[in-house]
Amino acid sequence: MMEQGRLAAWGIGLAALVALPFVYRDPYHLHILVLILIWSFAYTSWSMMGRFGLVSLGHGGFMGIGAYVTALLWNHLGVSPWIGIPVSMVAAGALALIVGYPCFRFRITGHYFVLVTLALSGIVLQVITATRDYTGGSLGYTPNRASGNKLLALQFDDKITWYLIALGVWLFGIVVWHWVDRSMSRYALEAISEDEDAAAAAGVDVTAEKLKITLLSAVMTALAGAIYCQYQMFITPDTVSGIAVSLQMVFAAIVGGLFVSLGPTFGAVITILLAETLRIGFGTKAVGWDNLVYGVLLVLFIIFLPKGILGSLLDRLKPQRKVPRAHEQEAVQIARPGT
Amino acid sequence: MGMQGFLDIFDIYLLEAVINGILLGGVLALLALGLNLIFGVIDVTWICYAELVMIGMYAMYFMVQYYGLSYFVAAPFTILLVAMLGAALHFLVIAPLLTAPPINQLLATGGVLFVLQSFATVAFGIDFRNLGIRLPVLAFGDMNFSYARLLSFLAALVGMVCVYLFMTRTFTGTAIRAISQDRQIMALMGVDTRRIYLITSAIGGGLAGLAACLLVLQYDVHPFVGLSFGPITFLICVLGGLGNFIGGFIAAFVFAEIISLGGLFSDLEWGYVLAFAFFIVMMFIRPAGLLARRR
Repeated sequence: MMEQGRLAAWGIGLAALVALPFVYRDPYHLHILVLILIWSFAYTSWSMMGRFGLVSLGHGGFMGIGAYVTALLWNHLGVSPWIGIPVSMVAAGALALIVGYPCFRFRITGHYFVLVTLALSGIVLQVITATRDYTGGSLGYTPNRASGNKLLALQFDDKITWYLIALGVWLFGIVVWHWVDRSMSRYALEAISEDEDAAAAAGVDVTAEKLKITLLSAVMTALAGAIYCQYQMFITPDTVSGIAVSLQMVFAAIVGGLFVSLGPTFGAVITILLAETLRIGFGTKAVGWDNLVYGVLLVLFIIFLPKGILGSLLDRLKPQRKVPRAHEQEAVQIARPGT
Repeated sequence: MGMQGFLDIFDIYLLEAVINGILLGGVLALLALGLNLIFGVIDVTWICYAELVMIGMYAMYFMVQYYGLSYFVAAPFTILLVAMLGAALHFLVIAPLLTAPPINQLLATGGVLFVLQSFATVAFGIDFRNLGIRLPVLAFGDMNFSYARLLSFLAALVGMVCVYLFMTRTFTGTAIRAISQDRQIMALMGVDTRRIYLITSAIGGGLAGLAACLLVLQYDVHPFVGLSFGPITFLICVLGGLGNFIGGFIAAFVFAEIISLGGLFSDLEWGYVLAFAFFIVMMFIRPAGLLARRR
């Protein structure tokens, strides 16, 4: 019953989201929705490994690779984004493997892992800035306008098309999140995040499991970067790569709730609405204010509400911790007879 | 100019780059020492460490340019200010999180990074500013070295020696070292860990302040200046082994040489890329740091 009700809720919600642009056409609000969906997808991608204690601050790097590789291939070689995006995803995946393998193989965890990935996103930013002859450096980069087939160039002028694309990509992210949530890998990764040695002793291939989720997360983040680039048609190193973007992902995922599928989406809604409100409220004076508020909120959330808004709300609604699987329910029955 | 002349010049550039690398290494070692001290004693990584340096650089800029203080008068004030910032960071952000998972403490300092960067953007704007002090260039044979770098190197060494003396010759320093060895026992031995943590944070901040005084001689200050040397400091600490003072010291010079020599052949940014590539390779060879004790 519960499961059916949940599916019905998802179905109704999705139908409403698909129907929305045909009923409501305000371009500014649609633009905000598209941004929320694209960033939600990026934040969801980050949280897929973040929820297992693999806190990466390198995702700004993966996002930057997705955006820049796609745009560079299009401008310099005339490669359609339909090919460019997969290439950029492969590039981000390769980088994730190159950095991830030694990290996981040699048990670089916790602080060390965060610092290594932090340096990774810093380096990607430096490379984009250093190759300014091709990438435009910190001044930003614009994909050339397509002269011919718009579909081939993945450039659309109307917001409704972009809204539907962003919705599809976001939904894909949520589906993958649930797919991982129901896979054996989830249990393996949860065991690893509790105690690596014990997990390895129990037969979990620690390095392989961590690499798989890192690869998936990095590739999806690159896709988010590429879609963002195609939609905005303007990217700068600071908006799609670097430490600030990585921290923004962490912030949104934590504010929304790291351990629930819609948590990162919720975080994106809050952060983007906050940034837009500040931008409209302060005008050009807002430069910097949004990040100032972000930063203060991030510190406050980590101190007072580490499960995030959505996570804490769900906890509040259910007095007992969610018990999702039948065999776990049995285990609870055994542990607490009479409940 | 014949082939021989070309080689002579090349060698001199190379030697100049090597020496400039050593000079750069001094400041990087100072930064690594501060970060390692905090990590070794409190078991916390300050992601925002380079941003504390940035605030210190702004303090120097305003004291020297706006209030007309001399550089050497402004420097102690800056060190004191950043030391207080470090203590405040510990008191306000880290202390409430001491029992939380370590990753939460690290992320909270990531929030502080955001706060400091955007505070600087809001308060000072995004313009590049510099002290306007142009120190002379020291010509040594055919090689040129800036006094700024030489002064930074010496001051960084003096700073590190002071910390060393403090840690080995005073009671508080001994307590700090003892705590870094065993956090639980020292509390039972009557050492006030909260006080020691605050003092350590202030020393860590003070080292960032000293680095700020030195870096402001060589680089323009802007709100994002921390991003240009923050990541490299983290790599140094990981390569040297977090909390390992000597490892961090050696790694700082290794990285400084790579950046300096890489910059000789290409842009400075490529020097950073080279340093990162070196770091990845080193992780395969010595995953637990340069001077890791085998467990």
